[in-house]
Amino acid sequence: MKRAGFTNRWLPVLLLVPQLIIIAVFFYWPAGYAIQSSFYLQDPFGFGSTFVGLENYTDLLSASEYRKVAWFTVIFTLLVTFFSLALSLLLAVKADNILRGAKTYRTLLMWVYAVAPPVAGFIGIMMFDQSTGPISNFFKSLGWDFTLGVNYFDTASAMVIVSVWKQVPVNFIFFLSGLQSIPRSVREAALIDNRSGMGRFWDVTFPLLAPTGFFLLIINITYSLFDTFGVVDTLVKGEPGNNPMTLVYKVYVDGFRGNDLGGSSAQSVILMVLVLALTIFQFRLVERRIHYT
Amino acid sequence: MTFNKTASLSVVLSMTAGVAFAETEITWWHAMGGQLGETVNQIAADFNASQSDYKITPVYKGSYEETLTAGIAAFRAGEQPNIMQVFDAGAATVIGAKGATIPVQDLLADNGIAFDINDYIAGVRYFYADSDGKMIGMPFNSSTPIMYYNMDALEKAGVSAPKTWEEFQSVTAPALKGAGYTPLSQSHLPWIFTENFMSRHNLPFATNNNGYDGVDTKILVNNDAIKAHFSAVTEWQKDGMFEWFGTGWGDNAKPFEEGKVAMWLGSSGSFGGLLNKDLGFDFSATMLPYWEGVTKEPTQTFIGGAALFAMAGKSAEENKATAEFFRFLTSAETQYFWHKETGYVPITNAAYDMAGKDGHYERFPAAEVGIQQLTLPAGDNTKGYRMGFYVQIRDVMNREYGRILTGETDVDSAFKAIEEEANKLLERFAKTQG
Repeated sequence: MKRAGFTNRWLPVLLLVPQLIIIAVFFYWPAGYAIQSSFYLQDPFGFGSTFVGLENYTDLLSASEYRKVAWFTVIFTLLVTFFSLALSLLLAVKADNILRGAKTYRTLLMWVYAVAPPVAGFIGIMMFDQSTGPISNFFKSLGWDFTLGVNYFDTASAMVIVSVWKQVPVNFIFFLSGLQSIPRSVREAALIDNRSGMGRFWDVTFPLLAPTGFFLLIINITYSLFDTFGVVDTLVKGEPGNNPMTLVYKVYVDGFRGNDLGGSSAQSVILMVLVLALTIFQFRLVERRIHYT
Repeated sequence: MTFNKTASLSVVLSMTAGVAFAETEITWWHAMGGQLGETVNQIAADFNASQSDYKITPVYKGSYEETLTAGIAAFRAGEQPNIMQVFDAGAATVIGAKGATIPVQDLLADNGIAFDINDYIAGVRYFYADSDGKMIGMPFNSSTPIMYYNMDALEKAGVSAPKTWEEFQSVTAPALKGAGYTPLSQSHLPWIFTENFMSRHNLPFATNNNGYDGVDTKILVNNDAIKAHFSAVTEWQKDGMFEWFGTGWGDNAKPFEEGKVAMWLGSSGSFGGLLNKDLGFDFSATMLPYWEGVTKEPTQTFIGGAALFAMAGKSAEENKATAEFFRFLTSAETQYFWHKETGYVPITNAAYDMAGKDGHYERFPAAEVGIQQLTLPAGDNTKGYRMGFYVQIRDVMNREYGRILTGETDVDSAFKAIEEEANKLLERFAKTQG
């Protein structure tokens, strides 16, 4: 067999350069700058600065508030990821079975995909408004005095609901196309072996959907950690107060609102390390158990 | 033909460019949205029309925090505007960065414009000044917390607006509650119930002369008077005499505008907005109440809102233009226009006199309350405060106050937490100045 390759060893490097420059400018350079800033306390205008070593990190890790925000982020991420995956899978399985009006049904489900996170947040504010929101009024009729922005738990619930609502359509599209790519012959064979629809789903369909599911798991965790920023920001109306917030939002609050560049950089670096660890963990442990066809 | 057209077009373009060149252009970044933004644009247009040497372009940059952050980023890139609006809580950041701005008093003196700090009304003078009393930022939208009340509600309950918190607690609030109203809400706990609480009772808010004399400052928020106040507030809340609708400004103003809450503590700058809304009831305003048990001689409050800072690193011509704009801005006519349109206080005595002579306060007595409160007797602790990372300190206060009012914590632990975290932040800020 003939091995395809480049005759000139510099040509491949040259071809890679544009991509490498983009990564360097938009990732390595700012990341390096963030790491450097995290060891300083500096005047935002750039006049004074003091090297403080690891103080920014020790301050963060010893602050009970930071740990509280971190715990909220973990729980928030788990809830949002679980509910957006579960709901969209359920909807996709149901949509897959529909014969009549399937297109309309699918289009309606995908619609929300076009909504930007801050817009989703604003819709959330209207739906959960303290006095006029239909959802808060519904909760009130059930005896739950829902007060967005006042009660920590209520605001957290609204954040989870809005974030899930926003993410379901994306997952739905992927799950549906995943379902439709499962070969007919496999399904028919399964039909003979097992009459229970539930059983067939867990034994045959679910494992075959696993590659899609794994991909979506990563996408959804990233979404819950980072892309929900717009939802959080609009729901707390830019004033966190006693409301819950995620780690990414805290980076913004301390760095961009409060001009504490050192502290905010240290938070970004911690986040960067967390995401790196999470990604390695996912690929090492989870992907091994997935079979690609 | 085409060539001719292009040629004539370029001649026209170069001519207009020539005209524009004779004017010195300056930019002004501000955080005034909505109707306030339109008034800002009007002031800029009036300045541009009043002379032909200078042209100012106002640019809306979002919230106070966003404007400050945008200004800092621009300064580091060498593309700062000539004038930047910075709010009260950001004052320590911008004034601490020596070399970022030109003190407005120096700017005016260098450009031959007379300046006397005594021309400014008392409560306005020193908030944006350095420890020697030199004015660094030009106070712009200056407001102070006052108490608005629904006149119909008070009449129905048969009470008048309270002067003291004791009166509110024993007379006003029970009567209003009996008349079917929620007696009170407020829109900014750190500003109204903390910073101005200290000033109204002439209590020290921080060491180092409220932070003006140095950066090794410690906050003095954990004191008995304010803790007693917050304990009273939680009692009122339990008894249905006070309600809290979250940290957002508008969430607490809305129930007052809807006529459900009878009295609302807001900004003197809210006046213009309230007047333009069709509230369905008559409203008026009175001064921020005080505790007679804490002081028999209540003092003035200080200004909130924001100031205009002249950014450094600009040419002499542009600085001249900025100075000329400040001259225009502080003229009695401009100040009265701004005061009338928005409800922010006029910053000079001349403008205040002009408004009085014009009968503005006979038509709208509520419009004068803020200025009266700012010109009350001063004390040692009434000129303001200067603390770094104050935006985060306010965030900590908002968080802890929210927890008090939702029953997640008690007053003592909340103030202990605020004191500890604020002092930690102040300590960190001191290092940024090193």
